[in-house]
Amino acid sequence: MAQITFKVQRFHPDKDTKPYLQEYTFPLKPAMTVLEGLYHILEYLDHTISFRSSCRMSICGSCAMHINGKYRLACNTQISSLKSDYVTVRPLLHLPVLKDLVVDHTAFFENLIALQPWLIEKEPPPRKEYLQTPKERKKLDVVADCIMCQACYASCPVAGTDNRYFGPHSFLKALRFVNDSRDGASLERLQEVAGAKGVFRCHTIFNCQDVCPKHLDPAGAIAKLKMAITLNQFKGKLKAKK
Amino acid sequence: MNIHHDILVVGGGLAGLRAALQAKFAGADVALISKVHPLRSHSGAAEGGINAPLANNPEGKDDNPEAHAYDTVKGADFLADQDAVDILTGDAPEIIYETEHWGCPYSRYENGKIAQRYFGGGRYPRTCYAADRTGHFLMHTLYEQALKHRLKIYEEWMCLALAVEDKTCKGLIAYDVRTGSLVPMSAKAVIMGTGGHGRIYQNTTNAHINTGLAMSIAYWAGVPLKDIEFVQFHPTSLARTNILLTEGCRGEGAYLINKDGERFMKKYVSEKVMELAPRDIVSRSIMTEIEQGRGIDNAYVYLDMRHLGQKKIDEKLPGTRELCLEFINLDPVKDPIPIQPGQHYTMGGIDTNSWGETKMPGFYAAGECACISVHGGNRLGGNALLETLVFGKRAGQRASEFVKQKSNPSSPKALESALRKLQLQQQELHKGKGTENHFDIKNQLAQLMVEKAGIFRTQKDLLEGKAKLKELKARAKNLAPVTQEKRFNFDFIFAMELQGNLEISEAIFEAALARKESRAAHYRKDFLKRDDQNWLKHVLVKWSLEGPKLSYEPVKIIRYQPEERKY
Repeated sequence: MAQITFKVQRFHPDKDTKPYLQEYTFPLKPAMTVLEGLYHILEYLDHTISFRSSCRMSICGSCAMHINGKYRLACNTQISSLKSDYVTVRPLLHLPVLKDLVVDHTAFFENLIALQPWLIEKEPPPRKEYLQTPKERKKLDVVADCIMCQACYASCPVAGTDNRYFGPHSFLKALRFVNDSRDGASLERLQEVAGAKGVFRCHTIFNCQDVCPKHLDPAGAIAKLKMAITLNQFKGKLKAKK
Repeated sequence: MNIHHDILVVGGGLAGLRAALQAKFAGADVALISKVHPLRSHSGAAEGGINAPLANNPEGKDDNPEAHAYDTVKGADFLADQDAVDILTGDAPEIIYETEHWGCPYSRYENGKIAQRYFGGGRYPRTCYAADRTGHFLMHTLYEQALKHRLKIYEEWMCLALAVEDKTCKGLIAYDVRTGSLVPMSAKAVIMGTGGHGRIYQNTTNAHINTGLAMSIAYWAGVPLKDIEFVQFHPTSLARTNILLTEGCRGEGAYLINKDGERFMKKYVSEKVMELAPRDIVSRSIMTEIEQGRGIDNAYVYLDMRHLGQKKIDEKLPGTRELCLEFINLDPVKDPIPIQPGQHYTMGGIDTNSWGETKMPGFYAAGECACISVHGGNRLGGNALLETLVFGKRAGQRASEFVKQKSNPSSPKALESALRKLQLQQQELHKGKGTENHFDIKNQLAQLMVEKAGIFRTQKDLLEGKAKLKELKARAKNLAPVTQEKRFNFDFIFAMELQGNLEISEAIFEAALARKESRAAHYRKDFLKRDDQNWLKHVLVKWSLEGPKLSYEPVKIIRYQPEERKY
């Protein structure tokens, strides 16, 4: 049976001065995923490694990591698709490592929360549902699908230089509410993302678009937000950037 | 100094969040602990939808809570408590509208109303959906509300024990996964919304986190488990991985075919129902096809949605297509999908009433970890998400009233003794004088449960399973030393969870052995008929030093007298 070698980045902030790669070699099963490989290591080769995981079906967002040169979800990445005898696994960048592949995602979520990521009702709720046409609903396709896995954030050079930059995930979420026919705070949301931590900081590197494991388009969301901001500034509904 | 909150909610999925939000709305001092970030909870993996008799679909214009209740009771093979089912279906419309008002992006009809599809066991299309990621959207919507209302969340904290004094819950001992500390948390009320025990079955659709540990913590603390012999196997889990493919596929018209290309369901149910029979029936039919040699590789049948066409698949079932492409390199637009039944849902659980109250004052449960019971012998698809919200809300409401009315003074002594017990247990694990790998025991247990307590059961298998389980329990007392590490020590976490896995499995074997009949998901090849004379009752399993103790409670029957369950 074919063998596979994992090189897993290990780091313990209390014990190690710098991260190092540890190698594990074991038989490769057909269609085995990177997450299954990590579980094999944890269960049978080394009980001390730490990584996050939950659903193993690419919906919970726990297991994004740097795998053979790219941010991906460990759970939906088949080892064979990497076309290599080695799988090199590192934690997400731009976030402090708590241990091995586990990062502290506090900044990631704080930046999101700063944008009030919840529906701010345009009008008081009716007795039944708000009516929303399929056409209006379609505007939420893709933008509402984000699983908050942090792959885009880790790949974003701006997030890397400023941990208060809202980040691609926050912009996707902002657009999700700006696009929602039920939301009444579009202008406030645009005003916020037009600010110093906002969309105009984006360097349009498109890493976020490239790495998103759900094939979403944070870069596109940023472009749409920029357009909406400019349009509203032109119309005098938003204050122009200082 | 112990942490204190009047109400502590354990679990960051839909049931836990809805309970905590309700307590927050009621003005209670509430906090939530979750062993993963709430968005990583398994509620988010639900796909097909959530039931409510909204009558939005023209074909469902005559739908109403009573029809929904009858379908639920019949789906449950008459083991559901009908008073609780009435609450489930009666509160359904309001709870769906609430999530819609909070921003859940449901799919829509041209007239702007929430779209609804057919699901198994339902006479009307009453499953509200948001493409095939309904759980994901509900999960994010509830989390957004938790952020909006500034709910205090202890992220990556798990509950390892309850603190109990005078048979009253006084709080819990939490384990902070980030720092490895055991933290006593005092509370006047604890609400568990921790999900099912799926991972004790090897072929589960459930997340790695669904180990049922909290269920066993309640069980150890003296709260009985109810209906625990009833385990749901979802008919369509993806080959090799057992990843869930939603019932919505069949709701949208997908077929089940065997290796000869035959739509075999016509042999098992009426032509009108076909693939949309309740899950227990469809799963047994698939297994029968496979056992009689009409499966693929003796392990699968096909879920065929080619005739739906790419446009419909991409619009209604995009997640399903993505899963097939990602995990087995197959495009369901072009090829039929190999599937097999996989463990999916825990009908049984912590014994509660319809307010989430257990027999232990101050202790509540809601969602999959609880058993009211609204699902009886088999849960209908679309009723689980509904249950989390309806009964999460009610548990939060009742706990808020309880902490306002009753003093339930805190007990440092109870917390201290629970803490000491855990510390000893922890030390013992670290010192381990044996050689056994607990992960290996867990994996063997999971295999055992599939083989001996699965879709088809017999006295012989159950007894063999029970004997084998005893061996595994003995091996679990002989573990190799567990890693001493403060940060993200999954060796320790899984070692603790194994103890719970073994207890729950034992309870399942005992209850399954006792129930000498076939009812819904509990199918005994040696007792093929349902036996209302002797078994129209709930089995309660109580933990004791000498082993599980069984007792029985009547089923609450109001409108619907048991009749033959035919589809």
